[in-house]
Amino acid sequence: MTAYLITSVSVVGAAPTDLLIRDGVVAEVGPDLSAPDATVIDGTGLVALPGLVDLHTHLREPGREDAETVESGSRAAALGGYTAVCAMANTSPVADTAGVVEQVWRLGREAGLVDVQPIGAVTVGLAGERLAELGAMADSAARVRIFSDDGHCVADPKLMRRALEYVKAFDGIIAQHAEEPRLTEGAQMHEGEVSTRLGLIGWPAVAEEAIIARDVLLAEHVGSRLHVCHVSTAGSVEVLRQAKARGVRVTAEVTPHHLLLTDEVVSGRGALASPALADNWSPAGAYDPVFKVNPPLRTATDVAALRTALADGVVDVIATDHAPHAVEDKECEWAYARPGMLGLETALSIALDVLGPEWDLIAERMSRTPARIAGLTGHGVDPAPGVPANLTLIDPAARRTIEPAELASRSRNTPYARMTLPGRIVATFLRGEPTVLDGKAVK
Amino acid sequence: MIRHLLSGADLDADTATEILDTAAEMATVAGREIKKLPALRGRTVVNLFYEDSTRTRISFEAAAKRLSADVINFSAKGSSVTKGESLKDTALTLQAMGADAVVVRHPASGAPHRLANWVDGSVVNAGDGTHEHPTQALLDAYTMRARLGRLAGLSVAVVGDVLHSRVARSNVLLLSTLGAKVTLVGPPTLIPVDIAAALAPGTDVSYDLDSVLPNVDVVMMLRVQRERMSDSYFPSAREYARRYGLDGPRMRRLPEHAIVMHPGPMNRGMEITPEVADSPRSTIVEQVTNGVSVRMAVLYLLLGGNNR
Amino acid sequence: MAYPPAARSSPPRQPSVKVILASADVQRVVDRIAHQILEKTQGAADTVLLGIPTRGAPLARRLASRISAFEDIAVPVGVLDITLYRDDLRRHATRAIGPTELPSGGIDGKRVVLVDDVLFSGRTVRAALDALNDVGRPASVQLAVLVDRGHRELPIRADYVGKNIPTSLAESVKVTLAETDGADEVKLYGGTP
Repeated sequence: MTAYLITSVSVVGAAPTDLLIRDGVVAEVGPDLSAPDATVIDGTGLVALPGLVDLHTHLREPGREDAETVESGSRAAALGGYTAVCAMANTSPVADTAGVVEQVWRLGREAGLVDVQPIGAVTVGLAGERLAELGAMADSAARVRIFSDDGHCVADPKLMRRALEYVKAFDGIIAQHAEEPRLTEGAQMHEGEVSTRLGLIGWPAVAEEAIIARDVLLAEHVGSRLHVCHVSTAGSVEVLRQAKARGVRVTAEVTPHHLLLTDEVVSGRGALASPALADNWSPAGAYDPVFKVNPPLRTATDVAALRTALADGVVDVIATDHAPHAVEDKECEWAYARPGMLGLETALSIALDVLGPEWDLIAERMSRTPARIAGLTGHGVDPAPGVPANLTLIDPAARRTIEPAELASRSRNTPYARMTLPGRIVATFLRGEPTVLDGKAVK
Repeated sequence: MIRHLLSGADLDADTATEILDTAAEMATVAGREIKKLPALRGRTVVNLFYEDSTRTRISFEAAAKRLSADVINFSAKGSSVTKGESLKDTALTLQAMGADAVVVRHPASGAPHRLANWVDGSVVNAGDGTHEHPTQALLDAYTMRARLGRLAGLSVAVVGDVLHSRVARSNVLLLSTLGAKVTLVGPPTLIPVDIAAALAPGTDVSYDLDSVLPNVDVVMMLRVQRERMSDSYFPSAREYARRYGLDGPRMRRLPEHAIVMHPGPMNRGMEITPEVADSPRSTIVEQVTNGVSVRMAVLYLLLGGNNR
Repeated sequence: MAYPPAARSSPPRQPSVKVILASADVQRVVDRIAHQILEKTQGAADTVLLGIPTRGAPLARRLASRISAFEDIAVPVGVLDITLYRDDLRRHATRAIGPTELPSGGIDGKRVVLVDDVLFSGRTVRAALDALNDVGRPASVQLAVLVDRGHRELPIRADYVGKNIPTSLAESVKVTLAETDGADEVKLYGGTP
């Protein structure tokens, strides 16, 4: 195993120091380290963070290997600074049995670029009718702890209650896609001024807020853990704020795109919620399905509320909801396009734009907290002597222009095409082995 | 000159007026023995219809043929579920056939906008989902101007299922641009959120048809589909007709000069009674006639010159 | 401090302008055409004057009023817009179309005199003949122009010519009329002095 000596690097924003990686762990941290056998990486100007952890990734395998595979998604993740991703269950077949989750877990190990932690489905076939064998998935080699019907809401309140209760037996957590299905039948985008103008069926904010409100009450009632996926509205933030104040065991994530993009982009105009990025924003026209996502892009007011919530901790985590889609599923009419956008390779840049160089906060929201929620020991730990060397090196001064064709993902549906974003991942290490060096995937 | 006509918002007051003025000249052709002009000889207009709409298709067909264009009717009915050829592949086919203009009717809002990215020719939106139908708004404006002599300062009530109406959206945009005042009337369930902010700031909303009628120059009744009932937008056809249907007694609340419009096809007995539809105030038949003239004007202004 | 303009290599050439017909000349020419129409049409019986926009329209009205001044007969006057019949539509941005106004008696069986300001390539007249064909069936068609500047590209000849002006293709002829431009005048621009 090669040793790596990273010189003059800022660990989570602290004063520059040297970092020696040997035998899969951080061996030493301190000034002027010497290791003649080590490969030296000049860390001047770079920031080392604990490897990022994504609670919400769609890897599409098995079933839609044309859009993404465990391997291609893992490579995209490593290039984005991630060392662990949680793979959502809405594959084909659905990850609702021990067999499927073990398959995904094994594919992740074979790829060896990030730790792929499968998420299990809550209900059989994501149909929302009866519980999947949650215990079998928990006991499998994949050791599933997060269960989610993501893409679908566990809408039946009784089923949701039972799921929340049942997973307590193995310290599981239900990650809810909060969307009241009757209120979002045929919904195409956020219900508001823009949906009215564009004649698209609205996805009202209340459809998310009503489910979150119900679920925090259920979680409180049965004393279980609840995680809320991709929170998107100011109202949801308020519900979460109150629930947390009451001591409900609820955590929540927000996606990079909900922190930056608003529903106005669907009309082909409208500003980004970021002065720094507004200049190189040039949408291709109205109804471009690259901006179709579920939950939908919301208003500037919602974006502002989400940013505040992320800063003050009401929202715990940035999760990508990386959702690769084949070209034909996006180069079509808006209503026929599949929802979702790529996120793994751009998340850190968006976080840097939204939060600024607040490295401790970025580490908290993108590494430590998601690792704790997912129960991924060895991840989300700041580089220090003896801890597993899962870390990433960022050049915050670099700028890069996003070219969809150059992304490692098999799909091209990034909403940031041709935009120049701040920051660049220089290197990523998984248990001491580089997965990314010089900004390029090692394998 | 504009290249595509996708939305009522594409038209500023000058362009819209030019279309209406041109339509007035085109209308004289309808009165001639030879109803044909050579202006678009050698041009190819494709009617690409993903929804059945015989009246709109034949209106565009007549308009294109009166201008001597070659017309290809491409009925591409078949939903995304049956997964025929994709819109993009169809667009590339039309492009290869040398279509100078594509007139598109599509059940998905925004499909004409997508199409415009993929063809070099002009795209005319002939109705997309629940979004817009700009040539309908133009023919409505033409009809109002012909009957009432002006558009600026007119008070127009648009009544019914505004939420699902592409006619309403285009009319609000165009009439506001041309200086008319629009009041949208219907049950709250069928009025979309933030409509004034979304389309035109001066637009009013009312849930009470009777209070609106005495103060309008034009009342435009929208088609209300009975299927909306099953989705709880209103309890029953009878209750809808009682609150928002235009019948004889309601019509008599209108000012003497006011006209009654309907984009068709009508649900007689639902939003409009036969007494009203067949009254001298009704412009329903004129609207059809004017549709051809307005579409001639649009096709001429898009294709008549070298506008690339 | 602003930079001084670069010196020109040669002084700019002023386009030459020559007045061919002054205001009084225009009126005399219109009078003469009116007389000729009366002569050749046996007193303007069954005759309709159709002006081709822009300046053919006021010319047609003037001819009609001169004819009625000379002989006390009312000749029906109309306007024939030929925009949609032009053969060069695609070379320009879309042209606005003008009104076509036929006299109430129509043109079927009538002798139609088309009126225009300048006869040049003949393409405008060709378009007018096509337009005429679509709006009715005259017994015969004649052509009256204020100026014939030559360079025909089609086999078309005027029946009444106010003034023949030999020109080169480098030159241009500009007619102004009181109704459309404020004053009556015919000028020749450009070419070799």
